[in-house]
Amino acid sequence: MILAAFWFFATLMLLFGVSVLVLKNPVSCAMSLVMSFICLAGLFVTLDATFIGVIQVLVYAGAVMVLFLFIIMLLDLREEKSRRLNFGATLGGLLVVASFLSILTQVILTNPAFAIPTPTLEGPPVSDVKMIGMTLFHSFRLPFEIIGVLLLSATVGVIVLSRRTLR
Amino acid sequence: MDTALILHFLTTPLVFLIWTTFLKTFILLNVVLGVVSVTVFAERKVSAFIQDRTGPNRVGIPMTLLGGKKDIPFWGLGQMIADPVKLLTKENFVPAGVNKFFFWLAPKLVLLPPLLVLAVLPFGSSLFGVEMTIANINAGVLFIFAVTSLSVYGITIAGWASNSKFPFIGGIRSSSQMISYELALGLSIIPIFMVCGTLNINEIIDWQIKNGWLVAPYWPHGFSLGQLLHPHDLIHSLVAGVSLERFLLWIPLMISFVIFLVSIFAETNRLPFDLPEAEQELVGGYHTEYSSMNFASFFLGEYAAMFAGSGAIVSIFLGGWSLPIIPDGSQGWFWGLVNIGVWFAKVSVILLFMIWIRWTLPRFRYDQLMKLGWLGFFPIALFNIFLTAVILAVVHH
Repeated sequence: MILAAFWFFATLMLLFGVSVLVLKNPVSCAMSLVMSFICLAGLFVTLDATFIGVIQVLVYAGAVMVLFLFIIMLLDLREEKSRRLNFGATLGGLLVVASFLSILTQVILTNPAFAIPTPTLEGPPVSDVKMIGMTLFHSFRLPFEIIGVLLLSATVGVIVLSRRTLR
Repeated sequence: MDTALILHFLTTPLVFLIWTTFLKTFILLNVVLGVVSVTVFAERKVSAFIQDRTGPNRVGIPMTLLGGKKDIPFWGLGQMIADPVKLLTKENFVPAGVNKFFFWLAPKLVLLPPLLVLAVLPFGSSLFGVEMTIANINAGVLFIFAVTSLSVYGITIAGWASNSKFPFIGGIRSSSQMISYELALGLSIIPIFMVCGTLNINEIIDWQIKNGWLVAPYWPHGFSLGQLLHPHDLIHSLVAGVSLERFLLWIPLMISFVIFLVSIFAETNRLPFDLPEAEQELVGGYHTEYSSMNFASFFLGEYAAMFAGSGAIVSIFLGGWSLPIIPDGSQGWFWGLVNIGVWFAKVSVILLFMIWIRWTLPRFRYDQLMKLGWLGFFPIALFNIFLTAVILAVVHH
């Protein structure tokens, strides 16, 4: 059943991911990205990582993408005009993708680390919220605080920059 | 067919889980949609009472149509059926310039999130050993936030797809309003996690049963009706309920409660925060271009969001399905039903409070709304987290 859920969410996610690129209307693209994030959250939930799944929806689908949509609507972007495919560019793109994929498969097939299957979780079920909390705020206290200061300085920087343009 | 075989099949754990979940979902969904139509009627009646009018009092059983002399008005209760029937039978008009797909999609997006929130709300303790929560997940409270954060899309998309200026302004207003108040909502709930030590709504309710509702600082320990006959035990349990920790923690928890309550008003676009559909400025706001069932979906979505918000308030701050003295569903199916009744009664009280506020307070101005969210609630909620941490650190040392 979990396998079926995996394939369901994975296929849907990829489909919406492709439609982000293919669709012409910017709002449709943004909404496809939202759906793709929600499907990703579904994948996390099938792996018993409920907390990460919920955070995925809360942060990416619920906050970041709303701002994207907001800006797309405010700028009033027109629908993309369909362009004629440039033969050389298409060929180059396909070549790059093909070579990347071939290198990737080679690495996966030859590296012994990928041959060992991950052991299944044993013991009583653990609370993922607690585990993440302990990892972030206990084991990785210092890096976490440094990131916090970094984000704060970025926020302050944005405010300073926007003030200057106002004057 | 062999009945024993069917019974055996139905009681295998996975099958049992599946059919009980479906049954719970089906019943809850129907009850909630019923409650929504009652709420709409109550809104009209209460507003009439507050403004010294009569309100709807005519629609009942139309005896004159059946050849009788007089209609039976039934206190206007038929209005609950007449309103949806009117909306359903209207023409579904789609204006020419709209984006057809998103115009069709938006009402569904508005209706979906509040109904999803119901999945994690414990609406009762247990009935015949079946837990009265559709999905008891560890990150329950965060699930509520995640799902409500998606409700912005319906309104914003509706405003944009209508391709008309008033709905557009309504949609833009609503998205910035909801994002602003989501922050205060999320921050206001953190002290509760710190005090209870869990994100699971069922465990928060268990904590409240042991230590008293989060908004009540005082709770007699182990109090029961039988103690009324034994004054010694009664005094003992009354004294045991007094603790300095609870009284100190009551301050940040009460601040959380007020911020949460007001933010729920903003998130559900209720007055005094209904700027997205302010009729004097925006005709009808984001649903100006909608008619018939599509309009009804917005209507339904708004009231379902009210219900879900009230359910969240009740579950997190007001002890959920619990009442002092009343045992839970493990003591028999009767008490299980009583617990469900208690939950719905508490939710009704909050709904009534929301209606009461709507017809009492005037609408905020838009800059006042933003100021309240960003300069009022946001810093206070942030400060509240520190206050809780300090109290917990001092008490536990």
